[in-house]
Order: sequence, then structure tokens, then C-alpha cells
Amino acid sequence: MIAAIAFYALAAIAILSAFCVIAARNPVHSVLFLILTFFSAAGLFVLLGAEFLAMLLVVVYVGAVAVLFLFVVMMLDVDFAELKSGFLSYLPLGALVALAMFAELGLVSSAAVQAGQGRAAIPLSDVDPGVTNAEAIGRVLYTDYLVVFQLAGMVLFLAMIGAIVLTLRERPGVRRQDVSAQVGRRRSEGVELKDVKPGQGLGVEG
Amino acid sequence: MIALDQPFLWNVHWAAPELILAGFALGAVVIGAWGKDKAAGFLSGLGAIAFATAGVLAFLWSPELPQYLFNGALVVDGFSGLAKAMLGLSAAATLLIGADYFAATRQARFEFPIMTGLAALGMFVMVSANDLITLYVGLELQSLAAYVMAAWRRDDVRSSEAGIKYFVLGAIASGLLLFGASYIYGFTGSVRFDAIAAAAPTSEVGLLFGLVLVICALAFKMSAAPFHMWTPDVYEGAPTPVTAFFAAAPKLAAIALLARVLYAPFDGLTEQWRQVIFALSALSMTIGSIAALMQTNLKRLMAYSSVANVGFALMALAAGGQQGAATAIVYMAIYLPTTIGIFALVLALRRGGLHVETIDDLAGLGARHPFAAALFTILLFSIAGIPPLAGFFGKLIVFRAAVDAGAVWLAVVGAICAVIAAAYYLRVLSAIWFKPPAEPVQQAGGAALATAAVASALIFPILVIGLGTLERWATLAASTSF
Repeated sequence: MIAAIAFYALAAIAILSAFCVIAARNPVHSVLFLILTFFSAAGLFVLLGAEFLAMLLVVVYVGAVAVLFLFVVMMLDVDFAELKSGFLSYLPLGALVALAMFAELGLVSSAAVQAGQGRAAIPLSDVDPGVTNAEAIGRVLYTDYLVVFQLAGMVLFLAMIGAIVLTLRERPGVRRQDVSAQVGRRRSEGVELKDVKPGQGLGVEG
Repeated sequence: MIALDQPFLWNVHWAAPELILAGFALGAVVIGAWGKDKAAGFLSGLGAIAFATAGVLAFLWSPELPQYLFNGALVVDGFSGLAKAMLGLSAAATLLIGADYFAATRQARFEFPIMTGLAALGMFVMVSANDLITLYVGLELQSLAAYVMAAWRRDDVRSSEAGIKYFVLGAIASGLLLFGASYIYGFTGSVRFDAIAAAAPTSEVGLLFGLVLVICALAFKMSAAPFHMWTPDVYEGAPTPVTAFFAAAPKLAAIALLARVLYAPFDGLTEQWRQVIFALSALSMTIGSIAALMQTNLKRLMAYSSVANVGFALMALAAGGQQGAATAIVYMAIYLPTTIGIFALVLALRRGGLHVETIDDLAGLGARHPFAAALFTILLFSIAGIPPLAGFFGKLIVFRAAVDAGAVWLAVVGAICAVIAAAYYLRVLSAIWFKPPAEPVQQAGGAALATAAVASALIFPILVIGLGTLERWATLAASTSF
């Protein structure tokens, strides 16, 4: 009973806040609603018994990604109000398309449920219930899914290079810190001793 | 502890072509970090060698029976070996014909070979995918690289627009793919293709829904109509060597991947998915042929031409089974060098210091540069399907496959479209040979011209003689793989 209430509450909050992400006028509010969406999704994971994934979602998405989004939104000089100005004018048509797709999905799902009635549910995994979440993931991540794990690393590598290629510009006249030049500097280059004779310069006016 | 079901090094040895590509990408970053953009030329050469080696190695080492690597995440067989050879060679050709262009437009950057290498790695994984997760990761690796390459001229409005457009639409297609894959997983309880095949004997509506979504996403990636809207804009906006790359290798990878998805896990649902492939094929051929008639820009023309050619390859796939796979791969083996050759010629020709862009830019080419014009003629005749050339035999075996599958109407539609398509290829040729030159066309770019010459040689004398061998390889590969 409690679980059912928690599920519906979390699911409703997730959907509502996801809608607010695209509807909010202020981009900072959008990011805050995004964080709320991630949090509700993490709650749903806990209900499913996947605590490890829930923690990952909070740590990675809320902790890192959402905060990075906030930085980008606050630091980029983009007029989001102007970007969104067409949103309302597209809304009727978009809503119509969304409604049609939703109805189709409903039809397919109900047909699927009817066809599958009386059949045993398909077991989705054969995980030993005595094993914790983290251990269960760890057991397959580096064995069954080794190659996918490595390829995901290549995807991230590619994303990093791609972002640099598309945005890094060499700007002339920018002073940069040159650590090796700083460390390699010698006393002879930095200090100059002047031999000043006693009394020199005294009595000079103006 | 759970472990791999084969020794680790056994898996690594079969995955050697993929490791060469990954190793090249990682090593090239280190070289580039020191050499900066001065290393671009060297890395292009090194990359071309690495890609060609990986492809040829994959073909020479292809096992007689399918080998399942990394607990069934990847499969290596004759089909993947043949596809990888073509993918590796076309990626290498892209670097060769692109080097001059990037040097001339002062865009030579050492990251380009790295991007191409990672895209090739993604495509190698796609054609070897044996489960839905590997399929998605391979597709995403290839697509991400493609988005960046489309936007390569970041100061150019059209190139940036191409990148953004490709990215947004590609993200929607990836979403469709994942949504469909989740349906398939939900109704069969597995992401492995063999387990899906075992669990999916009936045409359950939810499973079909998932399959149709996955087909739609793959149709987007290979730009089959009605999912082709992005193609002309992206092809026109992207730098020409990138367009040449898009028109060749990713299409083959997506076709091979579609063959795997349709034949391995969903063999029992042939009657259901065949309808979808028929529709995609007929639409692609019709739209690709008719829309190209109105184009004046060469890159847009080739974009629509590639849509039509994907339609022909899909017609072959619809035949199903070993014949379908073998025919599709032979058709693509003929299409790839043809299209790369045409783009190489476009890259080799300049007018007033700028690369040729429109059909009218080619006017008078026949009088000034008969060699380049002759190459153009061979390649365009081949892609139009004029008899003594390889393109004709490609279309012939595709029609035969369609008739064998009982789809005579589709073969008729294909034949009509081929005739319509011939009109616009001939329009280009009439500009080359018969139009008076407005301003002389210069010929530059030795490597690009040489690539075009090799492509024409493949299309004209060698491939026609070797066509029987190619078909035998493809049939053999398909018979052991499916």
C-alpha cells in the first residue's frame, strides 16, 4: 500500500517536473526542475530495489551533470526567453501530435496486454537475491558487458575531442600561465644587482 | 566468479581489427598533442593505412563459422568480415581524398583522422553487433563522430546548421531505437539476438511494435525515405570529403546492421517486417529519383541519389535469408566505389580557385580535361545502371532478389525509378560534354584524381570480371552467417 502510494507520488512528480523543465520561463528554474525529475527517478529506482542505481543517479546526474548545466546556463549569454518565444505558437499542433502518439501507444499496450493474458511473466534477469545491487552490477559489468563498457569509454573520448574541436579557438594576445617557464626561471634572470655608490643621488632636486 | 566463457586473449585476437582502430585513435591523439595541426597530413596517411589494414585483416581473418566474442556481445563471421573490408577501405579513401581539400581550405586539423577512426570503429561494432546494447553503442559512436564531422567548418553557417540539424534529428532517431529496444527486451526478456530469436516465435503485437521502431531508427541512419529529410541539407552543408564519407560507409554499416537485426533475431517474423521494408524501399527509390530531378547542386543531387540507392539495397534485403544478405552486400560493394569516385572527382576540380558545387560549374569539362570527364562518364553511367558497367549488374541481381521474394511490383517500381534516375545523371554528363564552358575548370588534387581513377577502374574492367568472385564471396559469407 505504502509502496503503491510512493510509486504514484514519485511518478506524478517526475512527469510534472519534466513538463516544467520545458515550460519554465527562467532557465535556472528549468535546471532546478530537472534536478527534481532526477530525484524522483532515483526514488523510483529505490522502490524497484535498485539502491545502487538510485545513488548513482543522484551522485552523477544531480551532483555533477545538473550543476554543470547550471553553470552553463548562468554563464552563457543566451536570450532564452527569445529562444522559447515560438513555444506557445507550436503548442496546439505539438499537443495534437503528442495526443495521437499517446493514443497509439495506449492501443498497442492494451493489445499487447490482451495478447499476453494468462501467460507467465518473463523473468528479466537471473540475479541471485542474496547478492547486493552493487555486487550484481560489478559481476556482469566487467565480464558480460566488458566490450560495451570499453566502447562507452570510446564514446566519452569521442565526445571530449568533438567538444574541443568545435569550440576551442586560439585567441591572439591572451596571456597564459606557463608553469615550466615559471619553475625554470633562475635567480640570475629575475634579480639584477645594481652597485649604488654611497651618497650618489643625494641632493638632486626635481 | 563469473568470467568470460573463452580465454581473454582468444577474444582479443578475433577483435584485432577493432583494436587497430581504437589503438590508432588513441595513438593519434598523443601524436597530435605534440605535432599540433602540422601532424594532420602524417596522421591522415597513417590513418588511411590503419583503416585499410583493419578492413583487410577483418576479411582475411574471417572465420568459417560464426565466433561469439566477449560472452556473445560481438559476433565475427564471413558477413562481418566482408562488410568491414569495405568499411575500412572507404574510410581510408575518405582520408586520401580529403587531405587536399582540407589543406586547400586551410582546415587541416589533426582531429579529423581521429574522428574518422572512431566513426569506423563504431561501424565495425555495428556490423558485428550481436545484442541490442552493442548495436546501440556502436551506432552512437558512429553517429556522434558524424555530427562533429558535419559541423567541421565551424565558422561556416551552413556547416554548423548541418551539424545541429543532424544532431537533433539523430537524437530523436536514437530515442526511437532505445524505445523500440526496450519493447523488444520487455517482450522477450533478453537483449541477445539468439535469445530473442528463441523467445520470439509468435508475432506478438508489442514485439512487432518494438521491431518497427528499431527499423525506423535504422532507416533514419541510412536515410531511407520517409526518414531522409535531413539528408540533402546535411550533405550540402558538410565539407565535401565528409559528404563523401556519409554517402558511403555509414550506409553500408546501417544496411549490414539491419540485415543482422532482421535475419538473426526476427527470422520468424519475416512476413511481418517484409511489409515495412517493401514500403521503405519503394518510397526511397521513388522520392530519391524524382526529387533529384530538380537539383542543381551536385552535393544535393548525390544526397538524393544515395536515398534512391539505399532503396535498391533495401529491396535486396526484403528478399530475406542468405540471398538477401548476399545481394545487399554485393550491391553496396558496387555502390561504394562509385559514389566515392564521383566525390573524389568533385574534390579534384576547381573553378576560379573554389571547388565545384553546381552542375553548371562542370560545363565544358570534356573539352579541357578529357581524362577527368571520361572518369565522370564511367562512374555516372555505372551508377545509372548502363549495361557494360558494374552498376547494371548490381541492379540486375537486386531485381532478381525481389522477383524471387515474390515482389514483382517492387522490381517494376525499381526499374521505372532507375530510368527516371538515369535522366539526371545524363543531365550532368550533358553539362560536361556539350555545354560551352563559361569559365575554365582547373584540375587539381592528385590524390583525389587518383582515387577517382582507381574507382573507375574498379567499376569498369576489373569489377565486371571480378563480379562473379565477389558474388561468390558474398554468398559464402551469407551462407555461413545466416
